[in-house]
Amino acid sequence: MSRLNNKKGLLAGLLRHQMLIPIAALLLLALFNLIADPSFFKISLGTNSNGDPVLTGYLITIIDCGSELAILAIGMTLVTAASGGQDISVGAAIAISGSVVLRVLCGSDSHAQTLQAPIIVAFLVSCAVAMIFGAFNGTLVAFFRIQPMVATLILFTAGRYIAASFHNNELPIVNDPSFGYYGNYFPGIPVPTPCFIAVICFAVITLVLKRTNLGLYIQSVGINEKTARLNGLHPEWIKFMTYVILGLCVAVAGFIKVSRLSTINYSVIAKDIEMDAILAVALGGNALSGGKFNMGASILGAYVIQFLSTTLYKFNVQSDALPAYKAVVVILLVVMSAPAVREKLSALFAKLRKPSHAAQT
Amino acid sequence: MREGSVLEMTGIYKSFPGVKALQNVSFRLCEGEIHALMGENGAGKSTLIKVLTGVYPKDDGEIYLKGQQGAVKIHSPQDAQRVGISTVYQEISLCPNLSVAENIYLGRGEGQTVSWRKMNEGAAKLLSSLGIDVKPTKQLASCSIAVQQMIAIARAVDMDCRVLILDEPTSSLDESEVAKLFKMMRDLKKRGVGIIFVTHFLDQVYEVCDKITVLRDGKLVGEYQIEDMPRVMLVSKMLGKELDDMAEIKNDIPVCDQKDSTPVYEAEGLCSSEGIQPFDFYIRRGEVNGFTGLLGSGRSESVRAIFGADKVTSGTVKMNGKPVNITKPIDAMRNGIAYLPEDRKRDGIVGDLSVRDNIILALQVITGFFKPFSKAKATEFAEEYIRLLDIKTASVNTPIKSLSGGNQQKVILGRWLLTHPKYLILDEPTRGIDVGTKVEIQKLVLKLASEGMSVTFISSETDEMLRTCSRLIVMRDRKQVGELTGEQLTQNTIMSTIAGGGNDEQAE
Repeated sequence: MSRLNNKKGLLAGLLRHQMLIPIAALLLLALFNLIADPSFFKISLGTNSNGDPVLTGYLITIIDCGSELAILAIGMTLVTAASGGQDISVGAAIAISGSVVLRVLCGSDSHAQTLQAPIIVAFLVSCAVAMIFGAFNGTLVAFFRIQPMVATLILFTAGRYIAASFHNNELPIVNDPSFGYYGNYFPGIPVPTPCFIAVICFAVITLVLKRTNLGLYIQSVGINEKTARLNGLHPEWIKFMTYVILGLCVAVAGFIKVSRLSTINYSVIAKDIEMDAILAVALGGNALSGGKFNMGASILGAYVIQFLSTTLYKFNVQSDALPAYKAVVVILLVVMSAPAVREKLSALFAKLRKPSHAAQT
Repeated sequence: MREGSVLEMTGIYKSFPGVKALQNVSFRLCEGEIHALMGENGAGKSTLIKVLTGVYPKDDGEIYLKGQQGAVKIHSPQDAQRVGISTVYQEISLCPNLSVAENIYLGRGEGQTVSWRKMNEGAAKLLSSLGIDVKPTKQLASCSIAVQQMIAIARAVDMDCRVLILDEPTSSLDESEVAKLFKMMRDLKKRGVGIIFVTHFLDQVYEVCDKITVLRDGKLVGEYQIEDMPRVMLVSKMLGKELDDMAEIKNDIPVCDQKDSTPVYEAEGLCSSEGIQPFDFYIRRGEVNGFTGLLGSGRSESVRAIFGADKVTSGTVKMNGKPVNITKPIDAMRNGIAYLPEDRKRDGIVGDLSVRDNIILALQVITGFFKPFSKAKATEFAEEYIRLLDIKTASVNTPIKSLSGGNQQKVILGRWLLTHPKYLILDEPTRGIDVGTKVEIQKLVLKLASEGMSVTFISSETDEMLRTCSRLIVMRDRKQVGELTGEQLTQNTIMSTIAGGGNDEQAE
């Protein structure tokens, strides 16, 4: 709070802006780390086990590990805006699409020494599969009008078993090192590859939102479906499409996840990531009941969550206890971003600002 | 507080970002009086009511109530109810999935347990005493809008209120229902209740009210006794200028003299899933026609079938002589048909989106998914129609939901005009909006028609239809029962056609 007061001149214009909460949270976390241990921000150039130069440091970890979450946040934002509900099956869907990648790469032998198919083919097949599962969710939500949470509960429950069944419950391992490049580093490039993939995704969604009417259509459907229909839109198709797009995001995130380890653990991979993705959307100040959305705020929200996790890891919080600490911080952030609280806050700032304004003029 | 007052408001100020909604407004309501609150859209009527009922906090000013020491503080609608102020809003704010009786007693138990039998009996007694013919156990959503409105009033009446606010209660009622409502209001008046009546219908004001308070642009114009206030003067007070537009427009009945040309739109045996009888319909270039009939007669359903808004089940449609297939709104839009829906809030606006996005929406959908307008282009379109229709908005970025009703309606109208339709359907475009805007819209319709557009105009106010339409299609019980043109276009013929021969319709 005191920090906000100090910066009130700058923040005055931002107060009503949706980006306020994620930015403020980010600053707060950064400030906390700066005071607790400035070495948090140190980035150094080292070498990894292969002798390639890599950048290391907590900040690098954050943007590296936040990639999957940020990519998922894109799809989750669209789904939330259009259907007024969330897809809770993304974690399970990542297990499925990751499993598909490995199945294509390994072929029938789960410990194949060489790649049985080009990586790009494996990726494209997993995209197709993830989009089919997205379409399944989308059909239930859009055409059968089942509540999103209930509809996606089906895959949430069954997804990890489906993923395991692709390999008869064996754990496949890809031994070719080139597969690991996508989740780690390309030789000679010191920046983690997932960062590049995430940036490409942001660029694509920015371009799509700018060059098509996706944003306008989704928001119209999310805000007033009846009006959207009378203006020539097909609300069911638009909702359906958002789930398919989320499927694509899932495929990209799943690809990064399996590439990181070159293997998969069906029950652990991307565990609870659906909740973090939903949280990212909420942190971005987007109403979980649908309607208007701000993509940038959601993406920033994803990195805030990762920042928080990394900070907690750094302070040696036990991994079991991590969710509890996270919950406390999340409560604070979500309460602050609630419209009722924000209104009160801006009223407070307006009051505080009056005297200083008088002094200036 | 002066003798005889139940409510006094003095020096009320209220402003919203960019708008001074109320400036030094005072208002006085006496016991047993029906007091009309009049003004154009955006004059501050709704704001004043919302300040009084605690929906908005006031910036400055005092509110005094009879029987309360000093100024009362009203922070919420619950506070208002507690001190005896009850409101019935234009849009019904009851719970559609509860029963009639539950709606009447909802939120008033103060923690007591409920006796369903007692509740239903009490509701039955109340409803019959007010002449509302509905079973207390019926689900509210299955009652007509008019009955729901009356139940909302019954609820307010039963709460023993001393100040009853009726915010446009009559805009969705037909005449016999309005008569019932007025009887109810006079009964309440005899019991000493002060009634604030907000309406756009001048006739109703002169029929039932004792006093008029006029607001304009957030300021008080004055308080008048009804006897001292001829209609013309009232209208000119509301508009702030001498107005002879009503007379001017009356002399200007459009004539469509292209009897033999091919109709712009022609339908045969058109029928939709909403239960209207199959009907034939045509409209020529530059013609203004209308559907008329009582509430629920099927006039809205007919135009919705034309636009493909409901599921079209049968019929053939030709445009300019060529057969076309219209099964959903986008088909109609691509063929140059535009439809302004009856229920603005439910079907018209996209509340959270800006005025700009709301204006470009339809054209954008026609243009296609991959061809979005640039922001500059969209702003240019929006500004063009804001200027053309004189829409009062802070900027193109303002969310449409924060505009007044009339201005929202103009935005929706602008949205459809932007698509440059050949055939424009207006379903109740003037409902719940002020006299000045009504006249503007009527004039606009005639102007568009003179430029070659075909317009279908639906209104609950017959005189408005008479002023604009050259042909009227009369509907009763979801059937077309007549078509009136030329000399037949008088109030009397319309009424008798609507009423038909010897059936049980009430249409006096």
